[in-house]
Amino acid sequence: MNNSLRKLNINRKIIYKILLYGILVIGSIVFLFPIIWAASLSLKDYAHVFEIPLKLIPDSIVWRNYPEAWSYYPYTRFLLNSFFVCFMCVLGDVFSSSLVAFGFARLRSRGKNILFIMVLLTMMIPYQLIIVPRFLIFQKIGWVDTFKPLWVTTFLSWPYFVFLFRQFFMSIPFEFDDAARIDGCSLWRIYWNIVLPLSRPALATVAVFSFVANWRSFLAPLIYLSSQEKYTLALGLGLLQTRQYVEVPYVMAVAMIMIIPPIIIFIFTAKYFLREISLSVYK
Amino acid sequence: MSKRKKLTKLRKREEISFYLFILPWIIGFVSFTGGPIFATLGISLTDWSLFGSPHWIGLSNYVKLFSDPLFYKALVATFYYVGGRIALLVIASLLIAILLNQKLWGMTVFRTIYYLPAVITGIVLAMIFQQLYKPIYGPFAYFLSLVGISAPTWLVNEKWAMPALILMNFWMIGPTTVIFLAALQGIPKALFESSKIDGANFLQQFFYITIPTLSPVILLIIVITTVQSFMVFAEPYVLTRGGPNYTTLVGALYIYREAFKYYKLGYACSFSWILLLVIMGFVGLQFLLSKHWVHYEAKKQ
Repeated sequence: MNNSLRKLNINRKIIYKILLYGILVIGSIVFLFPIIWAASLSLKDYAHVFEIPLKLIPDSIVWRNYPEAWSYYPYTRFLLNSFFVCFMCVLGDVFSSSLVAFGFARLRSRGKNILFIMVLLTMMIPYQLIIVPRFLIFQKIGWVDTFKPLWVTTFLSWPYFVFLFRQFFMSIPFEFDDAARIDGCSLWRIYWNIVLPLSRPALATVAVFSFVANWRSFLAPLIYLSSQEKYTLALGLGLLQTRQYVEVPYVMAVAMIMIIPPIIIFIFTAKYFLREISLSVYK
Repeated sequence: MSKRKKLTKLRKREEISFYLFILPWIIGFVSFTGGPIFATLGISLTDWSLFGSPHWIGLSNYVKLFSDPLFYKALVATFYYVGGRIALLVIASLLIAILLNQKLWGMTVFRTIYYLPAVITGIVLAMIFQQLYKPIYGPFAYFLSLVGISAPTWLVNEKWAMPALILMNFWMIGPTTVIFLAALQGIPKALFESSKIDGANFLQQFFYITIPTLSPVILLIIVITTVQSFMVFAEPYVLTRGGPNYTTLVGALYIYREAFKYYKLGYACSFSWILLLVIMGFVGLQFLLSKHWVHYEAKKQ
């Protein structure tokens, strides 16, 4: 009696597990489906794009869609532009936000709390709403149609990253600073030689976030860049969209190439990165 | 006495260093956030077009705005989008966080997969969804036709364009799910165990333990999502261009249209300013309402 009850319990656990795995796998298919579908379309012959029943794996795989799409516009140029802008943005975000966060996390000063509340409040302002004055500033300096409006502001820190760095810096023991200060270390060296090297997970997280956000950034390049040779990849992709007659496989081929860098970066840092976001917000 | 003087001197130096360290933020705040907020107000009182010189016209832009039917359409679209996106993100990411919180082998892989589409949001995802939403030949319409439902022409249908835009956000639940996941892991296990002994089932545990303990996190997610939702631009720009019949003309799109397509800077700024007030009101309201449903553990101790 007792034995069969135990057996029943074990059986129930196994069924429960199988059920869970089933749901998880179906969910995975749902979440990956847009990417899989895009990949499938990018390899199809144009004539087979609109076909019923739908085929996930094309009858004949058309690899030449990729080189053809890539030469439709100067995409190599756009790619290099995107890499340059993203590189500057990552540099700016990591450096300036960690600098500001160091001030808020490790230094004492009057007015610090009020200023930090203001940092948090500025997180509440969608920058799209104040884009007109920003545009006018950059127009006045003569930076319209250059890359500068896209990355210069990242060197002035971003509230969300400041918050993330501050949370991380708070968890580093303050004894390190005290010991260093007694030894006559300057604050800059405490920041540069002690706190930053201990903050690799936070640095990696901000770098990934910054890269991903700027890689897909669309409104800012749309407003600031006008000559085509300065386009970023996101804008370049938009070029294909505005031409109705362009073949669907081309659009999807460029889209597939555009998602490769963020996906590679994400997969390699996922472990770090998923933990870090949750820690920072939950603390 | 002299020692104290020295200390205060050190403190003063630390204070100066503090301001030097946060200098990037101060410059950024004054010239690119705080300043522009007031500049937006100032410009909204002028008839500035991108090329001419501005003239003071008082509240005319606001008067014009309130008699412009498009303004109301943009407001309705914005509220519809923001409300729908918050509901979808909170409910879906909480449920999926519970799923991903099960102790099973290989869970990290599933978490990574579920997060993945959130990494590529923006114009790329919008363009992929343009294909997914294609009538008849699109996968969504096709799958529905397999079960005998004839799908609406989502993106060009006044009733369905906005739900289609909102639904896309299901594939972007990664970040909010991760926050919920961390919060779930912070719930003391004893709560679940003792309730189990008392005979509580899964649903009872969900409504009487999970939701109340997570309420501060739910509030946080609602606030973050609210602000983000007001920023949406690339998706409606690609998928609907604000149509059909302006049903998806959300805030950022309306501002872009007025300021950078028609060069009505003053007019665009008056809309910005109204939307800013709306956001502040919205977020403030959420904090006020939160007193009734958010449950803080720490206060009791």
